Amino acid sequence: MTSLLLAGVNPLQSDRSLAYYLTLGGYESVKKALTMSPDAVIDEVKQSGLRGRGGAGFPTGTKWGFLDRQSDKPRYLVCNADESEPGTFKDRYLMEHIPHRLIEGMIVSAYALGVHTAFIYIRGELMWIKHQLDQAIAEATQAGWLGDRILGTDYHLRIVVHPGAGAYICGEESALLESLEGKRGNPRQKPPFPAVSGLYGCPTVINNVESLASVPWIVLNGGAAYRQLGTEQSAGTKLVSASGHINRPGVYEIEMGLPVEEFIYSDQYCGGIRAGRSLKAVVPGGSSVPVLPAHLALKTASGDVRRLSYESLADGGFVSGSMLGSGGFIVMDDTTCMVRNTWNFARFYHHESCGQCSPCREGTGWLEQVLHRLEHGHGTPHDVDLLVDITKKIEGNTICTFGDAASWPVASAVRHFRGEFEYHAYHPDRVRDRRHPIGLERMAS
Amino acid sequence: MPEFSPDRMTEVTQLIARYPDGRQKSALLPILHMAQQDFDGYLSTETMNYVASLLGIEPVEVYEVATFYTMFHLTPVGTYVLEICRTGPCALAGADDTLERLETILGIKEGETTPDGLFTIKTVECLASCASAPVVQVGERYINHVTPDCVPALLDDLQSGRVR
Repeated sequence: MTSLLLAGVNPLQSDRSLAYYLTLGGYESVKKALTMSPDAVIDEVKQSGLRGRGGAGFPTGTKWGFLDRQSDKPRYLVCNADESEPGTFKDRYLMEHIPHRLIEGMIVSAYALGVHTAFIYIRGELMWIKHQLDQAIAEATQAGWLGDRILGTDYHLRIVVHPGAGAYICGEESALLESLEGKRGNPRQKPPFPAVSGLYGCPTVINNVESLASVPWIVLNGGAAYRQLGTEQSAGTKLVSASGHINRPGVYEIEMGLPVEEFIYSDQYCGGIRAGRSLKAVVPGGSSVPVLPAHLALKTASGDVRRLSYESLADGGFVSGSMLGSGGFIVMDDTTCMVRNTWNFARFYHHESCGQCSPCREGTGWLEQVLHRLEHGHGTPHDVDLLVDITKKIEGNTICTFGDAASWPVASAVRHFRGEFEYHAYHPDRVRDRRHPIGLERMAS
Repeated sequence: MPEFSPDRMTEVTQLIARYPDGRQKSALLPILHMAQQDFDGYLSTETMNYVASLLGIEPVEVYEVATFYTMFHLTPVGTYVLEICRTGPCALAGADDTLERLETILGIKEGETTPDGLFTIKTVECLASCASAPVVQVGERYINHVTPDCVPALLDDLQSGRVR
């Protein structure tokens, strides 16, 4: 296994100390970066082909290039550690086991961007990890990697860890900024983009934990070396959070381009489907991305091997493909009821909608209601098309992409498992009959 | 009227100083976490008014925030708030059954508190712990792999102070 982000991590006996991190060659990239010009650091990141690991996959170097450098206002770097996408727990794992790698990445990135105050916005539920990060920052400051006159240069930086308080929407970058300003997490209209007017109206770059933690390796080894890893359009390595009906759930660092089949069945990774059952469906990139039935998870519609990369997972568009998203890889076996699972996701989005835009506020509620009645044996055949109709009315009609994220799981589940939804609609009595109906038995009856 | 201890006030002052000048409102979420911890585990109107006065903002600015974020309790809760994740992977791992067992043993429904004031059951969304599903959060702790059969032991451990 290629190990860049998780090099030196031993989850069973985690050593978070600075002393241990230094034995791994920690903070070497800070030494190197400070001898380079900020633009040269940005160039390395641009050349590396690193794409945002939070879910959108936007090139990190390009995002940095948008930062308004003419403004005389202070600039900010904000690390998005509000990891809340169902099925995703890789940022938590990274911060929990090797916090200094994130801090190192933030120092180098902040230097490149001309930032002197940076924030880590971490979800409030992970309060113990916030304490660990505070501790790591204190250690790094004491050792001179942070604070005034870093390594004797004129460069100074401080990092503030800020806890959220339970709101999925704060993972959306403009909602995160609102929240960091002490307000409700309502996403902002864009433009202006945060690179021009972000935190406190100042130019701001917001990057995911994993993106920032990838920067030290890139700066130390060069963007070209990073680009050698992975595929043409998906450079480097990716943390994948594997959960659901598999033998070995956990966080795995993979080189981009690994076949999905190998990831699911190899003992190095997921170790196959639990209890010898068979694969039914995969949500490859967190609950927001389209679900794929087994055959489309392993191969694209044109018969190519499906791989863990931006381009391969997107192959086939929304008709037969999905997205890499956050790398929240949820596996479902043949006992899974797709209607029940889709209802679960729809309930999540209804609960988490910030309520700002009517199509999302109302639409997510309708999706939940219609799916609830289908799953509980009170649906009608008309409901299946109604679901699709509602998703089309939410999608694209909201300030942020939450509306799309709420629509895609429903639209894709109906597309690929329509028979199961219709079974619920046409046989409500049989559905009502079972307390916890499961897909396999229901389909066979 | 709630009031932070002198030690806590020092913490509050340091916390506010971490944000740029004039941006003290940024400290609202962390201070609300502290207030909830110190003042009976929930945010009463008095507590929210007190926090507003500390930050020099209007009470409504605190109310609108406190009501938005799910970690804040706006009504009294039990000593132990059992926050059970019910999203996606936890549901696939049987979180519904865990919830049902909790409700049966404690004799209360989700959102309610036991008459002795010890336990509150609350359902929450994805806690980013899907590899150890089903997960229950109690205070700052995550309890992993809480299958229905683990529920009696978990409650016992909490009650006897073995898990805090």
